[in-house]
Amino acid sequence: MNYRTIRNIKNQFFMMTVIMSAVLVLLPLFLIIKFVFTQGMSSLNFSFFTEIPKPVGESGGGMKHAIFGTMYVVFLGALLAVPIGITCGVYLSEFRKSKLSKTLKLTIDLMSGIPSIVIGIFAYLVVVIPMKSFSALAGGVALSIIMLPIIIKTSEEILKLVPDHLREAGLALGLPRWKVILFIIVKGNLSNLLTGIILAISRASGETAPLLFTAFGNMYMSYEFNKPMATLPVQIYTYAISPFKDWQRQAWAGAFVLMILILSMNLFARYVFLKIKDKKGN
Amino acid sequence: MLKLKSKSQDALLFYILRLISILVIGLLLLIIYILFKSALPSIVRNGLSFILKSDWNPVEEQFGALPFIFGTLVTSVIALVLATPISIFIALFMCEYLPKSISRIVSLLVEMVAAIPSIVFGLWGIFYLAPFVKETLAPLLKNYFGYLPFFQGPSFGIGILTASLILAIMIVPTISSISRSIFELIPQHQKEAAYAMGSTKYEMVKLAIITPSISGISSAVVLGLGRALGETMAVTMLIGNSPSITKSIFAPAATMASVMANEYTDANTPMHIASLCYIALLLFIITFLSNLIAKTIVKKLSKT
Repeated sequence: MNYRTIRNIKNQFFMMTVIMSAVLVLLPLFLIIKFVFTQGMSSLNFSFFTEIPKPVGESGGGMKHAIFGTMYVVFLGALLAVPIGITCGVYLSEFRKSKLSKTLKLTIDLMSGIPSIVIGIFAYLVVVIPMKSFSALAGGVALSIIMLPIIIKTSEEILKLVPDHLREAGLALGLPRWKVILFIIVKGNLSNLLTGIILAISRASGETAPLLFTAFGNMYMSYEFNKPMATLPVQIYTYAISPFKDWQRQAWAGAFVLMILILSMNLFARYVFLKIKDKKGN
Repeated sequence: MLKLKSKSQDALLFYILRLISILVIGLLLLIIYILFKSALPSIVRNGLSFILKSDWNPVEEQFGALPFIFGTLVTSVIALVLATPISIFIALFMCEYLPKSISRIVSLLVEMVAAIPSIVFGLWGIFYLAPFVKETLAPLLKNYFGYLPFFQGPSFGIGILTASLILAIMIVPTISSISRSIFELIPQHQKEAAYAMGSTKYEMVKLAIITPSISGISSAVVLGLGRALGETMAVTMLIGNSPSITKSIFAPAATMASVMANEYTDANTPMHIASLCYIALLLFIITFLSNLIAKTIVKKLSKT
């Protein structure tokens, strides 16, 4: 065997390794999707969406309260995070070189790296302890801290793609800078900014750890922001570690609904982002 | 007059923008402050030796974080060892081996792994990965490597190995997407130069892509580490939650994040709560530092 064949064999071997690793990465994805879909589909029924849990021992019941709770808590979180996030995104895209911009960028990089359980403890300390009760509001605060860096980053990226000549055109017409920012840059990109928000919402809807000791969870329908509230991920967690077969079945159904919800939001947002970038790139 | 008015309006908008930005920076500082304040009773009582003590017994008010630091580090390191080569390979696969249109689909699929909530990973782990480890993987490892102390002892399905496997699956998207964006920065002529020297594709990848990207890859790995250190739900569901330090990777353990998730709502003595906050503070500092290191590497890279 001469030197050349050894090199060729090495080359072939490397290609095999690369392909194998791609299979290894995608295999768990397919397994998870397959199991969640088959288990979830067979466990899902109409009452899952229309009923609240039955007492232990009785079969049936659903997760209406948790589906509503997830929407409620995520909405509260978005209410806090969206205005602040977009404002910061505007600041970052319009004042790129200021010192504050650089500090803010570092801040959100570090903030997005905070473990979500630590954010949960923070929200517990600042909201639950003063209010003396677990509450949907505390869950909303925790989720808003998770959403904030995502919204800031995506809105900055989107607004940065606005070509400078649009800004200059506005200024050349004699518009003050605040009008250029509000009515040309922000208003002209509202729908694109919305995709950033959807991305943040899709991330927040799947979070469990920050809600464990903030929104906490319950077993009935609740509409009050200052009381504990069930959410889909926490409910799945409670059911998954329970010994009851019927509850485990419901956990699969819940995971199925959650996956559909999150993956569709996520894919939609990514698709729109790709389109924006393609359009602006050409 | 009109000009003056619009000028002051401009100033007002700038103030608002700046104020809100400062508020966000303040929020990060507030998180640090609140964690520190709540951990203070435990910091005062246990000091830095908290990190080195290995007893964790809330009933007897014995608090040492070593078992959790051990669990966090071991699971994260095993996950990194498994995930790093695979992530780099799949990044190369997307950059060099696939046509652009298919590469986009593969990258979308990999990013989908990142979008799956960790509770779903945990659920899947409990019902499928844990039995797989118990019945297939653990006997296999024992069969071939049983003479090593790490692969001895019974496997109950849940334990360090299972938690590390799920972590590895979860951090692949982080490492591979960053590695990929680094590989894409390599100029085409550099690759062509390697081919012109008569390299095979493997040699080209080694010479022209991997070698110049080493520091970038290391920052991707550190970011992956940050993600693994803080991961809570999937690990909590799969690690078995026993605060012990063992040699065997089949044995149950606990991580810093999992002990918080498990004990925080049940903690009722002030010292227990403070000690959990101390762990939260430590975890915060570790992830903070690892993210900071990764960012500095990236910053240095983008300058050169």
